[in-house]
Amino acid sequence: MGKILIRGAKVLGGEPQDVLVDGEVIEAVGTGLSAEGAEVVEADGKVLLPGLVDLHTHLREPGREDSETVLTGTRAAASGGFTAVFAMANTFPVADTAGVVEQVYRLGREHGYCDVQPIGAVTVGLEGRQLAELGAMHESAAGVTVFSDDGKCVDDAVIMRRALEYVKAFGGVVAQHAQEPRLTEGAQMNEGVVSAELGLGGWPAVAEESIIARDVLLAEHVGSRVHICHLSTAGSVEIVRWAKSRGIDVTAEVTPHHLLLTDELVRTYNPVYKVNPPLRTERDVLALREALADGTIDIVATDHAPHPHEDKDCEWAAAAMGMVGLETALSVVQQTMVETGLLDWAGVADRMSARPAAIGGATGHGRPVSAGEPANLTLVDTAYRGAVDPAGFASRSRNTPYEGRELPGRVTHTWLRGKATLVDGKLA
Amino acid sequence: MQRHLISAADLTRDDAVLILDTAEEMARVADRPIKKLPTLRGRTVVNLFFEDSTRTRISFEAAEKRLSADVINFTAKGSSVSKGESLKDTAQTLEAMGVDAVVIRHGASGAPYRLATSGWIDAAVINAGDGTHQHPTQALLDAFTMRRRLVGRDAGLGQDLAGKRITLVGDILHSRVARSNVDLLHTLGAEVTLVAPPTLVPVGVESWPCEVAYDLDGTLSKSDAVMLLRVQRERMNAAFFPTEREYSRRYGLDGDRMAKMPEHAIVMHPGPMVRGMEITAEVADSDRCTAVEQVANGVSIRMAVLYLLLGGNEPAVTHTRTEEK
Repeated sequence: MGKILIRGAKVLGGEPQDVLVDGEVIEAVGTGLSAEGAEVVEADGKVLLPGLVDLHTHLREPGREDSETVLTGTRAAASGGFTAVFAMANTFPVADTAGVVEQVYRLGREHGYCDVQPIGAVTVGLEGRQLAELGAMHESAAGVTVFSDDGKCVDDAVIMRRALEYVKAFGGVVAQHAQEPRLTEGAQMNEGVVSAELGLGGWPAVAEESIIARDVLLAEHVGSRVHICHLSTAGSVEIVRWAKSRGIDVTAEVTPHHLLLTDELVRTYNPVYKVNPPLRTERDVLALREALADGTIDIVATDHAPHPHEDKDCEWAAAAMGMVGLETALSVVQQTMVETGLLDWAGVADRMSARPAAIGGATGHGRPVSAGEPANLTLVDTAYRGAVDPAGFASRSRNTPYEGRELPGRVTHTWLRGKATLVDGKLA
Repeated sequence: MQRHLISAADLTRDDAVLILDTAEEMARVADRPIKKLPTLRGRTVVNLFFEDSTRTRISFEAAEKRLSADVINFTAKGSSVSKGESLKDTAQTLEAMGVDAVVIRHGASGAPYRLATSGWIDAAVINAGDGTHQHPTQALLDAFTMRRRLVGRDAGLGQDLAGKRITLVGDILHSRVARSNVDLLHTLGAEVTLVAPPTLVPVGVESWPCEVAYDLDGTLSKSDAVMLLRVQRERMNAAFFPTEREYSRRYGLDGDRMAKMPEHAIVMHPGPMVRGMEITAEVADSDRCTAVEQVANGVSIRMAVLYLLLGGNEPAVTHTRTEEK
């Protein structure tokens, strides 16, 4: 691997600078750096960010390779500017043993598009009854530190308490999918004005908020940290804000789709808008943006959830929940956070790289763009405007809610430890 | 008129009045010795029923046959749907056989809308009830019944239901009949009040064009029509109300309660009735209860809808007067 000179890049949106990469690390950042012996990439005013880190990705392998594999998912990640993704545990078999997490970890390393950090299940089979061997997964080659039953809520208060306590022994964190199961039986969409009209089973905000409230109190009681997945309501924001003000060790994520889309879209009965937690109201969307800007919500995580075409090309009730998101995440964040003035690019780097890496313990990711740091980098053409065309996705699945929608920004280059995974918008 | 009938909310006042007027015309056919019109000769209509419903299917079938359409009945039970064939494939298979219209009943809210808007098929789609969403022909036949009883068979022609006070009682939350009726009755100028225990009223109802009350007795004297909705006994197990008896005491219509209604007011029920639950036998069998009439009117309304969606251009409505009963 030789040298690369990224010339004239707005590092974190600042004044144009040159960034010289040598091998796996950034050698220098400055102006007028010598291009001698280096391949030159003309950044031409594009924005350079640390490689993005997604704390919440469904890669579907093993078990649902018809919707995504580690290879296609990490190619999608590289296309979206990510250099590390955390792979959720709800595969078949469930990632609840050292064997499964090591397999997923190794596949990511072999393909080389993006680091894959497996998330381990909290309970055996995601069934919420018996703790999985969390220690074994942590000690495995995959070095799991994040545990989640995502897709299902760890709803039993005692099991949740024990998990929170147990992972303290090795600095782990439990990422909770906050959904009170009894309150969401048969739930199809956000419960409110639109669900009342459409006659679709309601998913009330309180089903999320009551679990978050319980879990922050549990975390406080046992002195653990807890991470909240895909927080989606204004009320949840208030609870997390309160918890943080009390000094409780809680972090939270929001998905790009919850920053942009509302339940009004469900009026089309098009299952491409069916997702869990469901799209909420305009009021929730605005509260989530505000919370991401002020730091109440720590990070953006995609909840990239690929599904085969037939699972969305059907009536609403029969459709699977979830949306792909890796390849549109940064564009949605640019539109909802940067172009609204809520975050600058340094803020985006913080919410989409530094903090998710810190929460998940992804060493070598989310580092500053400065000399001596690993060359995990993403170059973004922020001036680009274009309609989303799923046909161009690297993901095996196409279930995007943004088809045909104009979104700003496009990732043109991604480097994983100095190796280009995306060049001029094309996978290397 | 639109090409499909998916939701009562899609109908303008003029659309709805046209359907009601056309249905009056169709009703006259039922009084003839030969109850048949040649209007849909050579057209094929499929009744695509993914949910059990003898009453609605037979009503549509009668309407289709009276208009001389070729009728195909498709019920999901025992079909390839139970083997996992999708709605899309089923609909495309039927359309490949040359179907002009699909009358669909489906357990999933929005299934008819998907069928009409996803580019799967070209046929006209008529919603015969989807999940807990809509049942527009039921709302139309209810409005038809109300107009006949409260305005008059002839006097009603060209008229809407302006100022009529309609009370719907029962399981609003799970009722597509309630949703369709609220939309259509509002469009027709009626004042609608929903009465139910708070557990059976949807969150978000505040955006509906109607009032909500929890006390039945307070609304009876101010009602021109009281429509009772079926309450499934199983709801009790999900804690929507404590017991069947308590529900009946608070929200059931018995003779004493009916006596509080104005003399001209009618009692309606879309069927099937749960006697002893939401309605007593005394009320169900009284002259003021229009349940059986609603069934007859259902055929006229469905003829009118099929005619207007498929029948071409010539007007069916002649506005000839019949003798008022």
